[in-house]
Amino acid sequence: MKLTPAQSERIAKTMIWAAALLVIGLLLFIMVYILVKGLPVLSLQFLTDIPRSMGRAGGIASTIVGTFMVTALAIAIVIPFGIGTAFYLAEYTKGNIVTRIIRFSAESLAGIPSIVYGLFGFIFFVIYLGLGWSIISGGLTLAFMILPTVIRTSEEAILAVPHIYREVSFSLSATKWQTISKVVFPSALLGIVNGVLLSVGRCVAETAAVILTAGSSYGMPTSVFSPTRTMAVHFYLLASEGISMENAYGTAALLIVLILLINVVANAFVNRFIAKGR
Amino acid sequence: MKKFKERLSGRIFFTLALSSISALALITVFIISQGAPLIAEVGIIKFIFGMEWAPSRGEFGIFPMIIGSVTVTLGAAVIGVPVGICCSVFLAEFAPPAMSNLFRPAIQLLAGIPSVVYGFWGLLFVVPAVRNLFGGPGLSILTGSIILGIMILPTVISISEVSILALPRQYKEGALALGMTHWQTIYAVMLPAAKSGIVAAVILGIGRAVGETMAVIMVLGNAVAVPESILDPVRTLTTNIGIEMGYASGEHQQALFATGIVLFVAIMILNSFAQYVTRRK
Repeated sequence: MKLTPAQSERIAKTMIWAAALLVIGLLLFIMVYILVKGLPVLSLQFLTDIPRSMGRAGGIASTIVGTFMVTALAIAIVIPFGIGTAFYLAEYTKGNIVTRIIRFSAESLAGIPSIVYGLFGFIFFVIYLGLGWSIISGGLTLAFMILPTVIRTSEEAILAVPHIYREVSFSLSATKWQTISKVVFPSALLGIVNGVLLSVGRCVAETAAVILTAGSSYGMPTSVFSPTRTMAVHFYLLASEGISMENAYGTAALLIVLILLINVVANAFVNRFIAKGR
Repeated sequence: MKKFKERLSGRIFFTLALSSISALALITVFIISQGAPLIAEVGIIKFIFGMEWAPSRGEFGIFPMIIGSVTVTLGAAVIGVPVGICCSVFLAEFAPPAMSNLFRPAIQLLAGIPSVVYGFWGLLFVVPAVRNLFGGPGLSILTGSIILGIMILPTVISISEVSILALPRQYKEGALALGMTHWQTIYAVMLPAAKSGIVAAVILGIGRAVGETMAVIMVLGNAVAVPESILDPVRTLTTNIGIEMGYASGEHQQALFATGIVLFVAIMILNSFAQYVTRRK
């Protein structure tokens, strides 16, 4: 039996809609399930107490602090390098051999699995540089990991700035540096922030690379040289070793809420960026 | 002064731009210098094709893990690629604007969910489902493939969508003007024209599946054995590192770095291939 074009059109359309709804359904299923199970666990006491007896009791305060410190450090380190590279690629070069190598490196870094970043961070920061399992080792490792994302999103934001802006600036006899710092950068800022926020999300969600570099001790960190356990690592240990399902759900729910928040804010930024470009 | 600032800013941007090259070089050097001695000692053939992994007895063969990675990744591609391409066609061609404004952030969110959460969800729902429907322990290649199939969707969808949207309007208009239906236009004109982007999307998705650790560590069962069916547990290259790195030392630790080298090389080959496919146009 051969299908008429109209029939195959209907079948294809049905399947495509089905695939899209399936994906949305899966996303809702995963998120709603974790939130329903975990949100009731999130009391003020859970958020402000440190974990006790391996995480069976107490809260997750120290893991929240650890996550925040590792992420903040990674972002602070990556910003000059990531955004600087993006400006170089977008504004200063027309594509020579060095540029090609830079692009190849950035794209390769983007594909390297997080566990390999973990191995590297462990041998380089923890052992070779003698930083030990610490917030600083974790932050540096994550900075390496998110570098390609920050480069790519910032470059896209810079390239989205209409060319006419630059031409007007040059025609007013502004120099290249003045044009970039006073015209292009402010116009691209919202898009750049969007990319940085998405990288914050990746840092918060990361487990493999942090567990090997920041460690898994759950005491309250006292400095950037303290070892720490991030929320994602805490959740993994609670869930995989069956220590406390209830606290695992609570931690996961907070992770999901954070990721959701970061995405909503990032989208708000990018929507304003697009609106401004019009 | 102005000129000095000009030259200085150019120099600074260039120096900052060298960071990605240095990062890649550092990673390559340190992973290789840590793992290569063990590969040299065991012999590369015996390391890659060795069937026995028993660090306490000095046996370091990772062939079962390579099989594990390959099977789980292929499974993920079989599950994730068709759904992903359908979704990208949906976004580019069928979704009403309100729907696509909802769908795009949703895909971004799917990419943002921590991989441990996927693993946990898989452990709670997919493992029992596979056990009840197909038998076996539930911790299996099939389970891992389903989880990874979902996890590669954002990569496959976003890159395919971009390549479909980048097609010249005339392709679609020409085909429609010849009396083709919408689906015939997509199937016979647009998808073939967007092929290189879609292939790159699939390769990058596969790269993600090969490299994923925390999601599969919870659902694969992690047995070091060559599987006989897709319902058997396996261990992948990534989970081998993830499980044992916590307590390994000495030669054992070197062997895990050597596992990392194999993973690293595989990913670099996939990446270069994806870059080659996208640039060829």
